[in-house]
Amino acid sequence: MLRFIAKRLVSGIVLLVVVTSGTFFLAHLAVGDPTAGLLGNNATPAQQDALRARIGYDQPVLTQFRQWFSRAVTGDFGTSWRNFQPVADQIALRVPVTLSVVMVATVLSAVLGLAVGVACGLRPGGPLDRVLKLASVVLFALPGFWVSLVLVTWFAIQLKWFPAIGYVSPDRSVGDWLRSITLPSVSLALGAIVMVAEQLRNGFLQVTNQDFVRTLRARGLSRRRVTMHVLRNASPAALTTLALMFVGLLGGAIVVEIVFNLPGIGSLTQSASQIGDIPVLLGLTAVTVVFVVIVNFLLDLVLGWVNPKVRER
Amino acid sequence: MTAAPFPATLAPVKRIPLWRRYLRRPLGVVALAVFAVVVAVAALASWLAPYDPNFVDFAITHAPPGNGHPLGGDSAGRDILSRLLAGAQTTLYGAVITCVAGLVLGVPAGVSAGYFGGATDRICSWISDALQSVPGMIVLLVVAAGTGQNFTVLMVALGVFLAPGYYRIARARALAVRKEPYIDAARVAGVTNARILRTHMLRAVYAPIIVQTALTAGIAIGMQAGLQFLGIGSASTPSWGQMMNDGFQNMLTYPLILLWPSIALGVTIAALAFIGSTLADLVSVRVELPTRRGVARVRQALEAGTSSGTHAHQAADCALRIENLRVGYASPTGVKKVVRGVSLDAAPGEVLGIVGESGSGKTQTLFSVLDLLPPGGTAVADGIWVGGEEVSRRSPKERAALLGRSIGYVPQEPMTNLDPCYPIERQLAEPLRHVHGLSKAEARQRARDILVRVGITDPDRVLAAYPHQISGGMAQRVLIAGAVAGRPSLLVADEPSTALDVTVQAEVLELLRELQREYGMALVIVTHNFGVVADICDRVVVMKDGRVVETGPVEQIFRRPADPYTAELISASLDDAEGRDELDETWLDRRTAQEGAR
Repeated sequence: MLRFIAKRLVSGIVLLVVVTSGTFFLAHLAVGDPTAGLLGNNATPAQQDALRARIGYDQPVLTQFRQWFSRAVTGDFGTSWRNFQPVADQIALRVPVTLSVVMVATVLSAVLGLAVGVACGLRPGGPLDRVLKLASVVLFALPGFWVSLVLVTWFAIQLKWFPAIGYVSPDRSVGDWLRSITLPSVSLALGAIVMVAEQLRNGFLQVTNQDFVRTLRARGLSRRRVTMHVLRNASPAALTTLALMFVGLLGGAIVVEIVFNLPGIGSLTQSASQIGDIPVLLGLTAVTVVFVVIVNFLLDLVLGWVNPKVRER
Repeated sequence: MTAAPFPATLAPVKRIPLWRRYLRRPLGVVALAVFAVVVAVAALASWLAPYDPNFVDFAITHAPPGNGHPLGGDSAGRDILSRLLAGAQTTLYGAVITCVAGLVLGVPAGVSAGYFGGATDRICSWISDALQSVPGMIVLLVVAAGTGQNFTVLMVALGVFLAPGYYRIARARALAVRKEPYIDAARVAGVTNARILRTHMLRAVYAPIIVQTALTAGIAIGMQAGLQFLGIGSASTPSWGQMMNDGFQNMLTYPLILLWPSIALGVTIAALAFIGSTLADLVSVRVELPTRRGVARVRQALEAGTSSGTHAHQAADCALRIENLRVGYASPTGVKKVVRGVSLDAAPGEVLGIVGESGSGKTQTLFSVLDLLPPGGTAVADGIWVGGEEVSRRSPKERAALLGRSIGYVPQEPMTNLDPCYPIERQLAEPLRHVHGLSKAEARQRARDILVRVGITDPDRVLAAYPHQISGGMAQRVLIAGAVAGRPSLLVADEPSTALDVTVQAEVLELLRELQREYGMALVIVTHNFGVVADICDRVVVMKDGRVVETGPVEQIFRRPADPYTAELISASLDDAEGRDELDETWLDRRTAQEGAR
């Protein structure tokens, strides 16, 4: 077990290093000279030179990378090129907002995906199963921001059940916090719910036809008990999908945050990308990859618990 | 193998081209038509558009539909219809770039990884997994930070993030095809890897790749619009995402501006999604439970049927008695009858063998006794008696209540009949606790005792083990232990020794015989092997094509088989047992005879 954890940890760190380094060079390649974006087109060459010196852009790329990397491993992501605030502080301020939305969306996907998936798996071809099939086709493809625009128009503007925009911290009012993240979470979760449900349903049907299920029933076990066996055997694919969905939700959250005007990392990513604020973008990449690594690690733990064969690999 | 609903004789499937089967699906046809319209509109946009999409006329700022502007004007005073048409062009162009990039990266990598395996597979799969765990949107925004104006580069980057979808499918298909004998044959015949990859592999992956492309195109269009919504892409190229952003800014005052591009985007994506799902449906088979009407049709087809086979005992004295059992499955070509009027019986303490080749219906007969036919199967009988009581008219729930209490079941394949996710202890103790009401400690003790009884020398290790940690012979002993743990009066066994090594086979049969005597159970054993019958059976039922050919005591059947089929089966089984020397001799004889004939 310890070896398993150590292995996952190492592979997570490798992923983190590869992705952030890759993003570093990609960003430098893509952005080119950042001073135009940061200062506007009317800056004098002297102003540009001063800024380049201040942000270290006059150094060779490899030197910049070495400096950035040696500081990043200690958790110091430098300062923003725009307002010279520490990157870590800006991100830390915004992470709770994004995490609120994404976590609620993930929980919704897990719970509703489980319920719908099992219900459809028990009665394939039934009315609910047919609805799921149609819904999974459409909702999987429609982007979250499209769904969120529809939801905003309907539930926030027409019915006025939820606020159209803005975020309320749970420190101030838990009820308002929930109301402020309901629509964003739901618009993100809809696609993930049907994906998880579809995976679970298909796995459920596959397992139902396996030999050991007949044997369990032949032992006299009740339908409910046999279903629990089937569910456990069918869950790995759905769990893997859920973890993949989490990654997708982090990306989808960027656009949804803009629609709902939430001060999360999504809106920060957008503004940083528009002016080429590389330190902020790198910090954001690192934070998201860390989330992904954590979620994948949890997934591996759960998969190992569900199916003992995985543990021995 | 014997559990397959349609053994041996399956009607040959007619090969109808994919596109013709597609055209029979109304939903698919509608989706395709809608998409064709979008493509046509995009292609003809410059002729169809009433105005230059970028021409600004302040008079129509926020204008409602009408006055020569069918959809009105946007917040900058541009004609919405013209921009929508030009946007379709942008959208499809981007989708094509993304799909091509994904295809070119994902498919060759996936096919090679699946075909060559080893390091190629590990490296490619690691890259694919890594790409999937990177939030693509953020990296795309990084790319866009510098190259925001270069739409093509951005769409290629998007294709890189969608490549893992192609990779996974191509790899899985290549892996499956790699194991097919004809690929080995081609390699042995000296066909080069490159040629095999070109001919066989591409043919194997093409159908799922088309499905994946339809889905990828839908996702690509969605993400593209998301990026444009965030303000990425040239301001002078009209796009749906950009228009949605404009509409979003004016959502409260001029909701129509948001409505048009949203409809265009939603309809296009939905059309692609439905095309993809219709295609996916056609290339894969979706399992569905039979409809009530289907079951009624099978029942009707099974109504008539003459009985075959005889009874040796009074109904009330039987541990098991089957009267005129028929089993059928609904199939596209009608009703497939796999058991056509079987009657047999077994008294307490008797060992009855059911013998026949694959597809004779013997396993289906057994599953009908358990009321555990595979989905789609329907059994009809004049009567099924268990322990002297008629049960065939009882509800499924009452039938299920017999299992584990009156009837024990020993399956054929030991390794697939244990739940891989639970340790052995749980699998033995769960029925004891929840069916027989034992406490946790009692159930554990009973499970341990019974493992010792079936000849397992280290019961504590086996109890703690998972199924993949024990041998096939041991797993079969565990399954026998599970079958007799509830002290049933009737034990049914489906080819209990077939999947085992020869030495273990004899031990397992001996164990079944011992347990049967010790508990005074009736044992019904299904087999294709007359050797097994000779070993342990008292009486035997010979089945062929779903009917009983003959029934009788073992010695009688062996000495004077009444039916030529029985004689054939017996001699075939005895051939199996022939010594190596005899086999060589027969082979030599045959060859001499052949050479003489020339």
